[in-house]
Amino acid sequence: MLVKQINVFLENQSGRLAEVTRTLGANDIDIRALYIADTTEYGILRMILDKPDQAVEVLTGAGFTVSSTPVIALAIADKPGTLDHALSILSEGSLSLEYLYAYVGRTSDDAVVVIRVQDPNLALRKLAEAGIRVLSSEEVYGI
Amino acid sequence: MFWNENETKSRKELEEIQLSRLKWQVAYAYEHVPFYTRQLDSVGVKPSDIRTLKDLSKIPFTMKTDLRDHYPTGLFAVPNNKIVRYHGSSGTTGKPIMVGYTRGDMENWTEMCARMATAAGVTAEDTAQIAFGYGLFTGGFGLHYGLERVGASVIPVSSGNSERQLMLMRDLHTTVLIATPSYVLHLTEVMQDLGIRKEDLDLRVGMFGGEGHTPEMREQIEQRLGIIDTQNYGLTELCGPGVSFECLEHSGMHINEDMFIAEIIDPVTGEVLPEGSEGEIVFTTLTKEGIPMLRYRTKDITRLTYEPCACGRTLARMDLVKGRSDDMMVIRGVNVFPSQVEAVLMGVDGIGQQYQLIVTTEKFMDKMEVQVELMDGSMLESYSNLERLSGEIRHKIKTVLQIDVKVTLLNPKTIERTAGKSHRVIDKRSKAF
Repeated sequence: MLVKQINVFLENQSGRLAEVTRTLGANDIDIRALYIADTTEYGILRMILDKPDQAVEVLTGAGFTVSSTPVIALAIADKPGTLDHALSILSEGSLSLEYLYAYVGRTSDDAVVVIRVQDPNLALRKLAEAGIRVLSSEEVYGI
Repeated sequence: MFWNENETKSRKELEEIQLSRLKWQVAYAYEHVPFYTRQLDSVGVKPSDIRTLKDLSKIPFTMKTDLRDHYPTGLFAVPNNKIVRYHGSSGTTGKPIMVGYTRGDMENWTEMCARMATAAGVTAEDTAQIAFGYGLFTGGFGLHYGLERVGASVIPVSSGNSERQLMLMRDLHTTVLIATPSYVLHLTEVMQDLGIRKEDLDLRVGMFGGEGHTPEMREQIEQRLGIIDTQNYGLTELCGPGVSFECLEHSGMHINEDMFIAEIIDPVTGEVLPEGSEGEIVFTTLTKEGIPMLRYRTKDITRLTYEPCACGRTLARMDLVKGRSDDMMVIRGVNVFPSQVEAVLMGVDGIGQQYQLIVTTEKFMDKMEVQVELMDGSMLESYSNLERLSGEIRHKIKTVLQIDVKVTLLNPKTIERTAGKSHRVIDKRSKAF
């Protein structure tokens, strides 16, 4: 099950991130997870939101460059070695990981790891075969 | 090979044609266009005062703003029922200009484009693919009629859709490509992506226009496509493409002097400069019925020579346009025209048409920053996409201008739209030492 991640291009200017959060807040869109990678010139903000389609619309309307990417959200036990196990499955399947970010959920003992790979459907199959739990959109958006 | 006997007349014969047509054109404009009546009256010149070609300099200049101010048809010399075609340009400040052609104007325009095609070596044996836009823009239709006139098989594919362009080129064995130089460069990149080699195509000649291109770009195009690159020049205000054109000698663009008189002036004082001087080129139409132009200031910087060309044409030649008089900058001693940067940016995928150049001084060195806007979110998958994009822009600008610039990527619509051309450049350098 793939989850929608929203990517937003941020110029390196003060207040740009706040404009994104203000736009989302004003439209009652909740941020479930976020991750920023930046260089000195610009940043890419990656977010998991409860209403991704509406978010694309309002952020585009506010003048941002936005795209959405299918990502996989894994639920893995919050214990040493479990992330390594999940990543080994991917590397054994020759699936190269573009990036990942993790956060500890509120309600369960599992940690949530968001991963982006080139071939998400193949990754889903490999992960399922290895018995790693992949979260559905509803589960992730409702975290 | 020539299309028309007027291309090889002696200077004396040409000047006789020009003088009689000039007298007609001035009288016609004075009589039918109130704007020209006022222009000539303002300096106390009557059409009958035009007795020699030199007398042309008595007439005031016509500017682009005059066309805008008289939008849409205020400078037309004929009523609507004599106009068979409109063309126009959007202009950079939002207010467009419109021009109109009578049946006679269309005939002359077709004639000029046929000469241009012939000078590029195009014949009835050729298949010509027109990748200029068809529409209000003069490029597509102008070339279309001219190429049909010489008998070439015309493919009116219009601009865009590179993959289809290449498919048609291969399937119909296109030999002549008509496009803007930056689009051609873009096409060569698409070819690379698709694994199409120049040997897979039958292209032999390019007829490029709509924007200037530097010798560096020409070299690249000729190398990448294995073709002869010919350039041509035109302005919507004068008719569109066909005003002047290169022959295979690549030694300047031949001006259709039986249709236009060209002068070179000092862009600041307006004074006419002697042959060989660099300055702004000014054109006067000689046969226009729809919308005559008397001493139209192009703002284009070039040079004229009246020496006959090795190809046999005696028509005056103008150098490839160096830039526009109103927007040249000097960056670290290099003359830079925003149009040169623009030409580069137009060939880059993934960014919008808007850009801004910011010039500053850092430690006594000029620095130029090029700001461009991302077209959409398609590059946000990874950083390497964005870095490749800014690297490509930087590299291409360095190739054309020999200066290193900083590239800044922005969100769409960040750059002010209403600003118009003059705000494309923000020069923050201090003028005083």
